[in-house]
Amino acid sequence: MVGEDLDARARAYWRANIRTVLGCLAVWFLVSYGAGILLVDVLNQVNIAGFPLGFWFAQQGSIVAFLFLIIFYAWRMNRIDREHDVHE
Amino acid sequence: MDLKTLTYLVVGATFALYIGIAIWSRAATTGEFYVAGKGVHPIANGMATGADWMSAASFISMAGLIAFLGYGGSVYLMGWTGGYVLLAMLLAPYLRKYGKFTVPEFIGDRYYSDAARVVAVVCLIFISFVYVAGQMRGVGIVFSRFLEVSIETGLVVGMAIVFVYAVLGGMKGITYTQVAQYVVLITAYIVPAIFISLQLTGNPVPPLGLGSTVQGTDSYLLERLNQVVTELGFAAYTEGGKSTIDIFAITAALMVGTAGLPHVIVRFFTVPSVRDARSSAGWALFFIALLYLCAPAVGAMARYNLTATVQTGPVGAAESNLVYEQRPEWMKRWEQTGLLKFEDKNGDGRIQYYNDTRMDPARQQELGWRGNELTVDRDILVLANPEIARLPNWVIALVAAGGIAAALSTAAGLLLVISSAVSHDLMKSTFARGITEKQELMAGRIAAAGAILIAGYLGYNPPGFVAEVVAFAFGLAASSLFPAIMMGIFSKRVNREGAVAGMLAGLLFTLGYIVYFKGIFITPIGKNTAENWLFGISPEGIGFVGMILNFIVAFAVSRVTAAPPREVQELVDFIRSPRGAREAIEH
Repeated sequence: MVGEDLDARARAYWRANIRTVLGCLAVWFLVSYGAGILLVDVLNQVNIAGFPLGFWFAQQGSIVAFLFLIIFYAWRMNRIDREHDVHE
Repeated sequence: MDLKTLTYLVVGATFALYIGIAIWSRAATTGEFYVAGKGVHPIANGMATGADWMSAASFISMAGLIAFLGYGGSVYLMGWTGGYVLLAMLLAPYLRKYGKFTVPEFIGDRYYSDAARVVAVVCLIFISFVYVAGQMRGVGIVFSRFLEVSIETGLVVGMAIVFVYAVLGGMKGITYTQVAQYVVLITAYIVPAIFISLQLTGNPVPPLGLGSTVQGTDSYLLERLNQVVTELGFAAYTEGGKSTIDIFAITAALMVGTAGLPHVIVRFFTVPSVRDARSSAGWALFFIALLYLCAPAVGAMARYNLTATVQTGPVGAAESNLVYEQRPEWMKRWEQTGLLKFEDKNGDGRIQYYNDTRMDPARQQELGWRGNELTVDRDILVLANPEIARLPNWVIALVAAGGIAAALSTAAGLLLVISSAVSHDLMKSTFARGITEKQELMAGRIAAAGAILIAGYLGYNPPGFVAEVVAFAFGLAASSLFPAIMMGIFSKRVNREGAVAGMLAGLLFTLGYIVYFKGIFITPIGKNTAENWLFGISPEGIGFVGMILNFIVAFAVSRVTAAPPREVQELVDFIRSPRGAREAIEH
């Protein structure tokens, strides 16, 4: 009984983890491959503060977004760890 | 004080610092030698990772590449930072929980196979030596230009320094010297960038300066740059040269390759907990981003300054081109190294710097230009930048120290993973299981010393293809190690047969493709042009395809062979849950 409980808990934890990672990777893909590469020509039509937008995403925006993604991930995972009682 | 004395002083002071740290942090146990006793604070580890990761390529070459490629240079910016997202979310926390010492050890345990471990060791050693050769070349360039000693002397000094702290201190010594080296290299990168941005745009923050107007005008830097370079026949700075699919594939190969580089991964074995591994990845990217956000500004401003130095007025008027005899001091100095060359093709005594293959021939005729006359090695831009911007000598000395710090810190990290792969994975875990901890530590030191000698040889006799081979290192890491580790964590079904087949498929495909077009050790078989490439993907980006191949083969083979044994599935459960990582230190 206890073993099954543990199993179910571990599965729930793992599902929450995978959801977080997939969400983060979707943003990761959108800012770099999306805005910086696939849509770069479209976004370059827009000029904000001296930057063609697509070029900005490719050279600065994606890096800033990556940083915030990791910060968010670390914060969120620490919370998920505690919620599922698997924290250190 | 003249520049040379000042440079000796600054570089000498940093060397004394590194050696002092090495003596203070000697390693006494294998745990300290391989993973610094797993006691490194996440912020310190973030800085050390920054120095470990940012090599001579990031410090010296990247801004130069961006300067000449413009938008095309974005592949390096996104590729070499985006990999940390993968590392933070897919590898680092789990490998820290696993809790042992090396990457091949994980692959060997997870796939319950000496063969898998040995394949991983071979990949690791190959990737690391390829990489280290590039670092040694960087050390050579800096020494020969700034300290005016021969490249050989420079190499010997560099090797001796690395020897002291890598062999004595192991990972513990390397970690704390890397923290110091990070501080040196980031200061050396940012200080000149601030000055240059101020001079050119009046904005002291380089990433914002890139989007500002040029001092004394109301037009934006990027607009002016686009205008002047297109008039000279070059591609517009903010637009791409490569095809979209190739940019996509190269970025992906660099990202996945970054996450799969063993000397970067192993840094996350050194922190005390899973939680720290996550936050440390964030700190690492923060410290890396400080440089990577300045790099595009440095690149664009260097390109602008260089162009403005040579093309002093509107394109077309004869007197707009710099008279060779009146060229600035820095050009003369770099001409001596052979990395900057001038050839007066039309005999007018003035420098014409333009793209003679893209500019309309009729226009060239009309201007009386007979071909581009100036060749600038892109590796010199960052080093020459302070001189181009006429910054004080201490800034130039600082840049020299920064370049050396970047190269030495990366070289040390690479040498350590090579030596631990030999002493721990090949000897202790595979071929000499009976050795004691003391013998293993000694073997690790001897392997580190041996690796330094080979690295020095590679730096002295750089295979002519260093630049190509670095792309190689990323491609191999992307197509071999990354998928094997990731599947080991995220799938319980992938087994020994699948992992070995997948690694070999990814590795051989990527290696074969690069050798086919680049001809490493042999003459290229196919012509390296877009028409011949598979899906239009260049050898630089092919690691991405190799990675996909690795995943497909591994899953397919695993499906038709037996599932991993129960204890391996339990190992996967164990690494997926953070609890207990601190206790795992002793196992």
